Amino acid sequence: SSHEHKLNFRKSKEACLSYIQDALLQKQWKRAAEFLTCYIESLEKDYSREHIGPSEMIRRIGTEILWHHSQSSMKEFSCFMEQMKTLGVKRYLKVCLEHVFHLLCNGQIDEAYQNLSLAESWRFGEQTAIQDKEMKLIQAYRGLLDYYSWSKQKNILLEHGEDGFSDLAVEQEMHSYFRKAAVNLKEIIKIPGVWDLFVKCYVDLLEFYGDHNEARQVLNEYAYNSKFPANPNAHVYLYQFLKRQGESKKSLVSALKILHDIVPSHELMIDFNTMLQKSKKRKKRRLGLEVIFAALDYAGWKENAKAWSCLARQVKQIVISDKHLDWIKKEWNSRKDWWPAFHFSRYLAKRNWQENKSLSYEKALVAGILLGKDCKYFKYISHQGCKAQLKRFRMMKRFVNRHNPVYLRISG
Amino acid sequence: ESTSVYSGSVDGSLYLMKNQKEKLRMTMPMTLSFCYMALLWLREPITLSELLRFVVEGHIPYLNVFQHFPEKMKLCGLDLKIFSVESWPVYEEVFNKMHELAAFLDLPRFPEITESCFLHPDMLCMKYLMEANLPDELHNWTCRVVKKIGIGEVDFLTLVPGNKSTRKVKYDVLAAALIVVVLKLLFLLDDHYEWFLSEFAEERNKNDTEVCIFFSGAPYFEFKKWYEVVKHSLDVEQKKLDEERAKYLWRCEKPLFYSVKNKSKVVKRRQMVVNLQNQFGKLSGSVGRAEKPNPSSFQLSWSEENTDGSCFHGHSLKGILQEKCGLLTAMNPDYWLCTVKLCNEKLCGHLAHYKEVEFPQSYHFVLRLFSFLLRIQPSYIHEEVCMIEHKLFNKKLCKKLKYNSVLRK
Repeated sequence: SSHEHKLNFRKSKEACLSYIQDALLQKQWKRAAEFLTCYIESLEKDYSREHIGPSEMIRRIGTEILWHHSQSSMKEFSCFMEQMKTLGVKRYLKVCLEHVFHLLCNGQIDEAYQNLSLAESWRFGEQTAIQDKEMKLIQAYRGLLDYYSWSKQKNILLEHGEDGFSDLAVEQEMHSYFRKAAVNLKEIIKIPGVWDLFVKCYVDLLEFYGDHNEARQVLNEYAYNSKFPANPNAHVYLYQFLKRQGESKKSLVSALKILHDIVPSHELMIDFNTMLQKSKKRKKRRLGLEVIFAALDYAGWKENAKAWSCLARQVKQIVISDKHLDWIKKEWNSRKDWWPAFHFSRYLAKRNWQENKSLSYEKALVAGILLGKDCKYFKYISHQGCKAQLKRFRMMKRFVNRHNPVYLRISG
Repeated sequence: ESTSVYSGSVDGSLYLMKNQKEKLRMTMPMTLSFCYMALLWLREPITLSELLRFVVEGHIPYLNVFQHFPEKMKLCGLDLKIFSVESWPVYEEVFNKMHELAAFLDLPRFPEITESCFLHPDMLCMKYLMEANLPDELHNWTCRVVKKIGIGEVDFLTLVPGNKSTRKVKYDVLAAALIVVVLKLLFLLDDHYEWFLSEFAEERNKNDTEVCIFFSGAPYFEFKKWYEVVKHSLDVEQKKLDEERAKYLWRCEKPLFYSVKNKSKVVKRRQMVVNLQNQFGKLSGSVGRAEKPNPSSFQLSWSEENTDGSCFHGHSLKGILQEKCGLLTAMNPDYWLCTVKLCNEKLCGHLAHYKEVEFPQSYHFVLRLFSFLLRIQPSYIHEEVCMIEHKLFNKKLCKKLKYNSVLRK
């Protein structure tokens, strides 16, 4: 509170806004509405000089309040949005789009579609060209809703097909939705940006109608065109497509390699390692080891038994063959200072044993190889495992003891 | 509609042109200067700070006053700049303009402000002491200070327009500052002594109630209790005031427009504003804007009938006073000056400057209290305090000018 006793219009409205902000942050919608009511007269002093003037403030705040307030209805909300559309022609399409999002969140798909169509037909002198980007978005979202309708028709068709009916009308409708959707989806993904949902839907359409070449081209563009922002999902989509198409291991690996480079902790790294381990090429197997070690650097993977089993398998295999111990040495070199505390502490040993015996088995094996049979993790787990008379733990203990000298060579 | 209906005033544009010959142009704040001048002439029991508070609270037509103009007077064009108000009137501005106006009108010496006048410091101090929930006994002290420095004299208090040698008196600020000085005299207000005295008083009060169940006589005034009670109320009221500021509505039903051309645009805007206000007003939950309470002279009130001991009017200062040579003096031997040297008012416009961090918190609290009551910046009151102190300790100051800032009385 200030003890300022001079007050003018601008200062009191500034104070009003800060009260509104506080109320919004504390989700006090009634209080926010109370202060907004007092702020509204600022509209009569809207000189459009500021970056965010009164009309835009009122639109944003009013939208928040009406969206969350318990006594506000969707009808009221839409009515408010319509009023806001008239307030600023420079933001017209943006407001339309936001209104559509709210309708979609409320499940009003048809109304959203109507609004999108209406917005598409809007023309306003040079503003139309200036707001070209928003227009493209509007068309893209209409395309998305068309896809959604297509999908519904497709499902109906499939059901009828099962029952032995053939429905020409449904089929024709489905095709028409496809055409409308495809045209708009294709347009938006040409522009550099993040269009995950649009790409997925478009590819789904293309695959359904058998246009695999186009689908592949779209996915390649999305993943490899440098103009587009780096997007791990692009590579995931490409990989999934190639897998569906039954492509060669080589192309699958090259798709996942980039994913490993961008997001070493991605969940697909397990699949990747599994693929690479089986490869006949030495370089690929080497990469596999690198991939699985890198994934386990991340806290989210600490308790992933599958990942640990991949590492354990590969490490065991290398130790048995006695070839390429230098691979493990190299990977371990940058990790030996912090992995012990990160993965193989005594506390974790106890916890892992209590919560997930398979996890502790895999980890103990790895720990035993990397840190030797005297490491606390291995000692604890193998002791517990043998005490519980579990065969595989006994075998693991024997294996590690037999190969103990290896650890010296690794940590050397 | 013919253009003549909306041409606005004939000389609106001329009026606003910078005219060096006439520095005094009628403005909305100036109308208040006129009012205040009249009230002073009539010696009405209302201070300038009260007048301005009533204006802000909407009891006196000022904001959107054109609503009350006769139908035939249509404002437009540059009239808007003159008649539309978008800021609260400022005490200093209204005050200074009033004096300029009185001089301009060549008015004679105003009716005299005597001891029985509401504006006399003895009277105003009584009112403010009550409102500040301070013991009535402090009034003796304010009167003593008034007498000692001669600010109760008729010649000091009465306005003589055009007389540049006499200081213009801000009656309300002066009375508030007097109380602050008295509090400093008795309690020192250095963030230590006043609490020490308070503990002492608390002890005495406890003993009294323990020893005699039917003890008559007023309790010892405890600064700490007073501070807690008053601070609580002050914070509540300040918070209310801050919210009111944020919710202040400047516009009215009747829209103003510059020309016929933008009339329809303005009317449409107004319509949208009203619609939105209705829409969100319904969602406010509150029972709509309550009726304006009647103007009241007292913003804080304390009742002696309250049994919770939250009213300090009747409390006694006996714990902090002593008798010396037949005269009651304060036990507090020290005093700190707000400033050793006063500024040159003609150069920087003020006698002194106030920075909260440079002063004790207790001092800041009492400034804040009166700042709230009078709706003026704490620095104005601080200035008056400095002025009073320099009159009070004039002799001692002449002797020891630069080095001591703490004096022994």
